Parts: sequence; structure tokens; C-alpha cells
Amino acid sequence: MSLRLVLVIASLTLREIVRRRILWVLVGLSVVSVILVGWGVDRLVSIGREEGLDEVRIRIGVSQVLILIAFMFSFVLAMSAAFLAAPAIASDVETGTVHAMLARPLQRAELVVGRWLGLSVIVGGYAALSGLLAVAAVGFVSGHQPPSPAVAIGFLAFQAIAVLTMALALGTRLPSIAAGAVTVVLFGLGWFAGVLGNIAVAFNADALVGVGNVTRVLLPTDGLWRGVIYGLEPPMVVLLSATRSAEAMRANPFFADAPPPALFVAWSVLWVALVLGAGVLAFRRREL
Amino acid sequence: MTAPAIETHGLRKVFGTTVALDALDLHVEPGEVFGFLGPNGAGKTTAVKLLLGLTRATGGDGRVLGRPLGDREARRRIGYLPELFRYQPWLTAREVLELHASLAGLDGHTRHDEIARVLDLVGLAARAQDRTGGFSKGMQQRLGIAAALLGDPALVILDEPTSALDPVGRDDVRAIIREARERGSAVLLNSHLLGEVERLCDRVAIVRKGRVVAAGTLTELLGEQALRIHVTGLPDGAAPFAPFGSVTTEDEWTVVRPMDPERIPDLVAAVVAAGGRVHAVDPGRRSLEDLFLDLVREASATSDARADALEATAHADATGTAG
Repeated sequence: MSLRLVLVIASLTLREIVRRRILWVLVGLSVVSVILVGWGVDRLVSIGREEGLDEVRIRIGVSQVLILIAFMFSFVLAMSAAFLAAPAIASDVETGTVHAMLARPLQRAELVVGRWLGLSVIVGGYAALSGLLAVAAVGFVSGHQPPSPAVAIGFLAFQAIAVLTMALALGTRLPSIAAGAVTVVLFGLGWFAGVLGNIAVAFNADALVGVGNVTRVLLPTDGLWRGVIYGLEPPMVVLLSATRSAEAMRANPFFADAPPPALFVAWSVLWVALVLGAGVLAFRRREL
Repeated sequence: MTAPAIETHGLRKVFGTTVALDALDLHVEPGEVFGFLGPNGAGKTTAVKLLLGLTRATGGDGRVLGRPLGDREARRRIGYLPELFRYQPWLTAREVLELHASLAGLDGHTRHDEIARVLDLVGLAARAQDRTGGFSKGMQQRLGIAAALLGDPALVILDEPTSALDPVGRDDVRAIIREARERGSAVLLNSHLLGEVERLCDRVAIVRKGRVVAAGTLTELLGEQALRIHVTGLPDGAAPFAPFGSVTTEDEWTVVRPMDPERIPDLVAAVVAAGGRVHAVDPGRRSLEDLFLDLVREASATSDARADALEATAHADATGTAG
């Protein structure tokens, strides 16, 4: 594989997203959402103070709202990643653009990996920028600082990259709309299975716990989302969970008292590599 | 001796139960313009995709520029205009060419000069900074031809290069193809426009149902020159044509074949001397179109017989050139 050609394709992908104004639309929407989030949190804090709530309660409330916002943002990010990545190969094949390119000394693996790299930079960068803006806005209006915003944003970007890898790989064989739709459905199922798995832990339903764990291995997006929560969860809440009914807290899809295990993170990295590799193999076998 | 630009033996491609290409034997020499003809669905585009490695062959083998099919080194020296030419609509014409130059591995200095040369060649220099999304089909096709000619490739594969062009554009493309040949490129021209092929190509192959049914130079395929002449007023019994060749009639035309073009004035003089009035003289030979239609229509047994005969010549030719 030639690194030079991978970079040529990656920079072509970046240029495409900038030229087609997709990036600007995303950035514009993020700025609008960050302003709304800042305004909303500001209102919550003011109302809380008017009601005479103590600062600790207000902080806890804000931290939970921030996690909820992160959840919604992770969903938007996953959708954007799926719909950016699904057509990255598929639509080039559909329009025939790919024929002229692959007749050059460009290997299919270089095209797929180059596309992946370009999209990962965009999606990762977008996640980082929007995430930082949101955390900064909330910090500005409420004074709340999550314990490890970098960890949260890292996992958020990782989750989005996992989703885009899946969409890109599916798009090497499926039409772009199908690849995007299948990715979104799988992402939703992964989240759903994760929530069910948590509830199962609380209720000691072993079979369901197993399903949750298997799903998390097959599709690590929900496991990575736990990393986002962990980065945003104040130690105070974690401590509270130890005193109260810890089991019930674990059933909450917006709670995490520990980061995803290192082994799981390593598996997720390998998962991305395997899915990308499968996409390369599938594309190499495709008749154009 | 340099390797042939294209050489295939029994190249076969089957999609499920559909035989797209049965057994293709092709031989294209370096520096020649080779016409690749056939009706729709004959397997021409499949053959081109096999040559480029976009699709894998089910059977048979082939080499392009002396390398296996789809080989990366060979692709460095091939320019290709796909049948469905589409380029990134959000890039300018120059950026599309820069992309292709960098994919082809042209180095910085050559790249700049080459892009300027091909833009000028296809008449897009003035539109180089415009995005291709706003281009007409004809302009996109010109851009595709420019991309195919970047860096003086040893082999240029043009799949229907004039399908979107007006007559002026077609004439330009003929000149461009001739120039590419002068610069040493072999050109595989896949076209329906037989007149165009007839004017341009050194050799042609006609495919039907995934097989070459005729191949050779135009003289070999179309046979000798003939003369069509429209004469009235010849007295009964006068036979001024006989000394020049065998005579047949088509409506009001008399056809003399073979006819040495040098002797046409003598023939006309003989007709006039015999008392005939000459209305029209049309020197020429059987057109490629006539041959093509005969070969691809399975209407009559005679045409099949002729195809078989030509196939035999094609085989003889292929063996001859391969040796």
C-alpha cells in the first residue's frame, strides 16, 4: 500500500466535504446547538437558585444535563458519520467516478483506507470541536467542569469513527442509502442492547447480561458511549452511587462509575481495523 | 522487440449465467490505433474492464504492455476514458487533472506542463478554473480525454470517446487521436461510429457475442477498391467495363471490382468512347458499415459463412502477428 496515494485520497475526501459545504452546515448547526445549550443550562441554573437549591444539587443537575446533551450529540454525530461515510465509496461506484480513478495505479485498499482517513479526520475533528464548545459553554454559564472532558470527547470521537467505519465498509458492497440505513439500525440496536444489558445487571437476569455483553463485543459503539459518560460523570455522583443502591444506578443508561476496561478499548481499536479490513476485502472482490 | 500493447488469449468473463465475453483474442501493437467494434452487448466494455483489472477474468489470459491484466505498473502507463465519464463535480477541470496526474505518479514539474498541454489539446484551457459540475456533457467528455492523455501513456483506451460530442468536437477528437499516435501511444478505440473508425484506425476487430469475428487492417477486411458508376445511353452490346474488372449492377449503378484507382480516368474515357453518358462516378470500397452489418446480423446463412471465413482469416492474422 502506498502512503502517498492514501494521503491523496484522504485530502480529496477532506476537500470534498469542505467544497460541498457539508462541514460548514455541520459547524453552523453545532454553533446554534451550543448557543441553545448554553442558554438552556443558564436558565436551569437560575431557576434552581431562585428555588433555593444548594450549589451541590445544582452542580449535579447540570452534570446530568450535560451527559444528556452529550448523548443527543453522540446520536447526531453517529448519524452524520453514517451518512457521510456510506456514500464515500458507494456513490463513486454508482456514478462511475471510481472507474477512471481505479484505472490509475491506485489500489482499491488505498482508496478505501484513504477515504477512511479523510472521514476520520473530519468526524473526529468535528466531534472534538463541538464537544469542547459545548463543555466550555456549560462551564461558562454554570461553572460546572466535568472531571475529564478530554476522555469524554475522545470516546465520543472514537464512537463516531467506529460508526463511520461500519458505514464505509458496508458502502463498498451496498448502495449508499442501504449502507447508511443499515448502519443507523445497527447503531440503534447496539445502544438498545447496551441499555437492556444494564437493566439486566440490575435485575440479575444473566441471559440478558450475556446478550448485552456479546452485542458490546460485536458492536462496541455502546461500550464506547460508556466512556463518554465516565468522562463527564462527577466523582460526587459516583460516590453517591456507592452509598445508595448501586445496582439501580447501573441500570441507568446515563451512568458509568468506571471507564471502559483497557481490554475493551483495545478490542474496539482492533474492531475498527477488522471492519475496515473487511471493507477492503469486499471492495477488492467487487466487479466494477 | 517491445511487448504488444494488448495481447489476450481466449479471455472469458461470465456473470452468473450470462456470458459477457466468450473467448476474446486480441492483439494490439505499440503505436497503432486499433478499432474495437461490436453491437451493444457484444462484450466490448467488459473486455476493456478486464484489461484494466476493474473486473477479473473467468478464464483465458492476457497481458497489457507486457504485464499481467490489472498490473499496477502497467496502469501507470495507461490512459482511460470510461464509457460513463463522470468526474468530481466539485473540482475544477484543472483539479481533476491534478488528481489524475498525482494518481498516475507524474512528478511536480512534468505535471504542470502536462496539464497545460492536455487542457490546450482538448480546448478547455479557458475553462480550467471552472468546476466540472457546470460542464456540458461534451465538455466533460473532453476533460475525460484530457485525463486519458496525461503523461503520454503508452496505451490509451477510449470507450466511445465522441458519444457526447458535436461534429466539430468529433473532428477535434480525430485530430487528438492522430496526435497521440504520433507521440507513440497505442490507442484502443471502442466506438459505434464506423465512419470514424474507418478514418482513424490502422487495424480493427469486430466482436460479436464475446468473440472476435473479424480482425485485420481495413484493406484486409474490406477487400479491394471498387468503382460505382452511373451511366446511361450505352448502345446494346457495348462492354466498355469488361477490361477493368468484374461487373455487377446495383439499381442504376454499375459496380466494377476490383478497380485500380489509377485507371478510373481510362474507364470513364472508354465509357464515353462507347457512347455512354456518365452521370456520376463513385470510387470506393465496401464500407466498414456494410461489413459490420453483415457480420453482426445473423439474418442470412451467407453472412454467417462470410463471418466464418473472416474468422479464419482473423485467426491466421492473430497467429501471424503473435509469432
